[in-house]
Amino acid sequence: MAKITMTVNGRQVSGLCDDRTLLVHFIRENLGLTGTHVGCDTTQCGACVVDMDGQSVKSCSILAVQAAGSSITTIEGLSANGELHPVQAAFKAHHGLQCGFCTPGMVMTAVDMIRRHGSNLDEATVRAELEGNICRCTGYHNIVQAILAAAAEMGGARHAAE
Amino acid sequence: MSVDGIGARVARKEDRRFLTGKGRYTDDMSVPGMKFAVFVRSPHAHATIKSIDAKAAKTMPGVIDVLDGKQLQADGIGNLICGWMIHSKDGSPMKMGAWRPLADKTVRYVGDAVAIVVADSVAEARDAAEAVAVDYEPLPVVTDPVEALGEGQPQIHSEAPKNLIFDWELGDAAAVDRAIAAAAHVTEMKIVNNRLSPNAMEPRAALGIYDAGDDHYTCYTTSQNPHLARLVMSAFYNVAPENKLRVIAPDVGGGFGSKIYIYPEEIVCLWASKRTGVPVKWTADRTEAFLTDAHGRDHVSTVKMAFDGNNRITALKVDTIANLGAYMSLFSSCVPTYLYATLLSGQYAIPAIHANVRTVYTNTAPVDAYRGAGRPEATYLLERTMETAARELGLPPGELRRINFIRTFPHQTPVIMNYDAGDYEASLNAAMEAADWNGFAARRAEAERRGMKRGIGMSCYIEACGLAPSAAVGSLGAGVGLWESAEVRVNAVGTIEVMTGSHSHGQGHETTFAQLVAERFGVPIDSVNIVHGDTDKVQMGMGTYGSRSGAVGMSAVAKALDKVEAKAKKVAAHLMEADERDVVIEDGALKVAGTDKSVPWSQVALASYTAHNLPSGMEPGLKESAFYDPSNFTFPAGCHICEVEVDPETGQTKIVQFVAADDFGNIINPMIVEGQVHGGLAQGIGQALLEGVHYDDSGQLLTASYMDYAMPRADDLPSFKVTTSNTPCPGNPLGVKGCGEAGAIGSPPALINAVTDAIGNNEITMPATPQKVWAAAQAAH
Repeated sequence: MAKITMTVNGRQVSGLCDDRTLLVHFIRENLGLTGTHVGCDTTQCGACVVDMDGQSVKSCSILAVQAAGSSITTIEGLSANGELHPVQAAFKAHHGLQCGFCTPGMVMTAVDMIRRHGSNLDEATVRAELEGNICRCTGYHNIVQAILAAAAEMGGARHAAE
Repeated sequence: MSVDGIGARVARKEDRRFLTGKGRYTDDMSVPGMKFAVFVRSPHAHATIKSIDAKAAKTMPGVIDVLDGKQLQADGIGNLICGWMIHSKDGSPMKMGAWRPLADKTVRYVGDAVAIVVADSVAEARDAAEAVAVDYEPLPVVTDPVEALGEGQPQIHSEAPKNLIFDWELGDAAAVDRAIAAAAHVTEMKIVNNRLSPNAMEPRAALGIYDAGDDHYTCYTTSQNPHLARLVMSAFYNVAPENKLRVIAPDVGGGFGSKIYIYPEEIVCLWASKRTGVPVKWTADRTEAFLTDAHGRDHVSTVKMAFDGNNRITALKVDTIANLGAYMSLFSSCVPTYLYATLLSGQYAIPAIHANVRTVYTNTAPVDAYRGAGRPEATYLLERTMETAARELGLPPGELRRINFIRTFPHQTPVIMNYDAGDYEASLNAAMEAADWNGFAARRAEAERRGMKRGIGMSCYIEACGLAPSAAVGSLGAGVGLWESAEVRVNAVGTIEVMTGSHSHGQGHETTFAQLVAERFGVPIDSVNIVHGDTDKVQMGMGTYGSRSGAVGMSAVAKALDKVEAKAKKVAAHLMEADERDVVIEDGALKVAGTDKSVPWSQVALASYTAHNLPSGMEPGLKESAFYDPSNFTFPAGCHICEVEVDPETGQTKIVQFVAADDFGNIINPMIVEGQVHGGLAQGIGQALLEGVHYDDSGQLLTASYMDYAMPRADDLPSFKVTTSNTPCPGNPLGVKGCGEAGAIGSPPALINAVTDAIGNNEITMPATPQKVWAAAQAAH
């Protein structure tokens, strides 16, 4: 067992876990943040995507002990004060989710995608970037629309601020 | 229409919790003292269990107990059953072999559960499961459904000689044979419908909680129909009587059919909770899901379609072998029979149809309903055959279909179904226009100049949804009625809760069902809550599958709303000293038509509960319930057109356009309907281009992870063009037909028709992988 400390959604947390415990299980079981999901065992589905020190990672592919000392943002920490993040709002407006299971990972991936590409995203790029996130409900059509809309809005907002 | 009422594109009420990580799925549940289960599963596809030795496992760290099938049997837990009786054409009942929740003597597929390990953590349970020593004596294996029927094959269940479960027929064989003999043209094909894994993104899970104080069980589970789970676990599996068993299906991450059935794991977790005295939670990993979730499709068929000299279909003859896997899952028998052969008339006036269906056991996972369930198999067979016939007859594919469309309704087919309404030409025209069918030749020529092979294909599908009239399905062998129930509870302050037996696992019922109420009473949609998925909260229910939530579930809500409306009008009339026949409901108030008299909805609700001033003899309260039993199936139909480009160098198929023109009857929320179509199309395209379950000859599943089973990804799919041309359904109060399965039903033949058109070779099987397409394109030269 190891005692680890990290910052999750802006709050410092500590916990005991097996050396073999995956970050996703530490997040779900030790911290009770069940918004991060496990949909496969082979790092394919992307339901577990979180932000770690500014990088998008699949939390099923990293040990909790490897994440010690890092700063993690999960879906629960993406927005505050009951407001939806622009990506969350776009998913709602464009019906980019159905059962909701892949959604946290999709949203976290989309946030990262927009951070890297800004408003320069086009449909082909969004589809290629979503290669590591599987959705069985939506056929991706509305997820792509939501991400493009969020990118336009966030890019536009950033442009206006500059 | 209210702004949130019927027909409005209302954003979903449930989205906030899913988007913020506040969804609550079964694996998210945690209760005090909860322990974790891992199942010991057979690594053999067929073997005798000689012994199970759990002594070492029981001493391992964190292990609470290891339980096996002998203990389960000793405690009187029953076998899993198929709930739909089919009789063979010789009159004998289907031959159902025993399916024990934990196998005690024989395992019949890789993944068959033999023991459960309960431990303090999943990791410890997994370690201990590895240490359970099961001594297997391997037996010969058969995985191919055609081979399984042959001589000298392994016998999987003693109850079913030669692995034949039933040999069933529908229709007039003699009339069909006469028509074929007299035909001007007969198109013959062999059609294989590939085996699929449903792959809801949330793996199955169960949390069994036994409360010794009350001798009561609670089961959280990933179910599309918690009430049915409770009924079956009580009546057939002897887990607990219904009044001692609460089943909760909280947020459920997709189903697509695979979560209809009651599987061994939820039964065993409940039983193990009592045996161990602790709550027991099990969650499948993805490999377990591939191994044990009921698969879909897996048909091998031959078809003959006969035409007269005017290109009219005179007869259809179908022979199908359907693989049901190692055990008969809950509704497995009805899928290749009453959900398949009854749809073989398609959109066409066919005077004579005969279908023969043999179902077989093999050493593979059980096969049951998967999105569409029987109807995709019928549509694929029919629409591949129509396309082939059009090519053979030298007719444009749309033209051959037009010649044969049913044009008057109601229409009685020779295979039970009575189509109530439709306009097939309208959806064909809408699809051809949206696809710019007439511009295809120019696009093909342009592609040819780039060295690409461009093809176009269509599919005109029909399905039977709104499952289903109880008496009708009862006469066909169903063990249950397929009504739905609803309760509408108006609270004293005027807010409204609707308890529905339908279950939402992505369909958006919390929004669409609330739209019905908003429409009816003119109240804000946020004042309406939809309650589902808990047998303690919802009176009764049959759940969600077969695109039944709109046509059946919402109809039950509409009936309950009728009763609430009638009573509210009586109360309001009394308050306003008016005749109840003059009371109308508008904008959240009850008004006397033609006057300025009005009472707000909330005041009528309050008056109903204070009961200070009610009409003489009226019971207090404003809460009504209803059961709705449909009078007929509904018949969504439409036309899908797919346009592809095949790279002849690589065999890679790119979908350049996909159009769906559907007739779903009246539409409650177009945004949600479009989403349902998109998802269905993705699954149908997945079947046609990418997906396929493969077992090797020893019964090992080769496609047991996302590394090996090709799920459609975003860059495999195009954006879709979706349109509707609707004829209201006359059979239910809302005029709705159902939209959940159409995409998966109509799309595979459209895509394969397009691929075969592109490469000039009609011989191709799904999934049309680059390797197959390349080889077929080469062979066409």
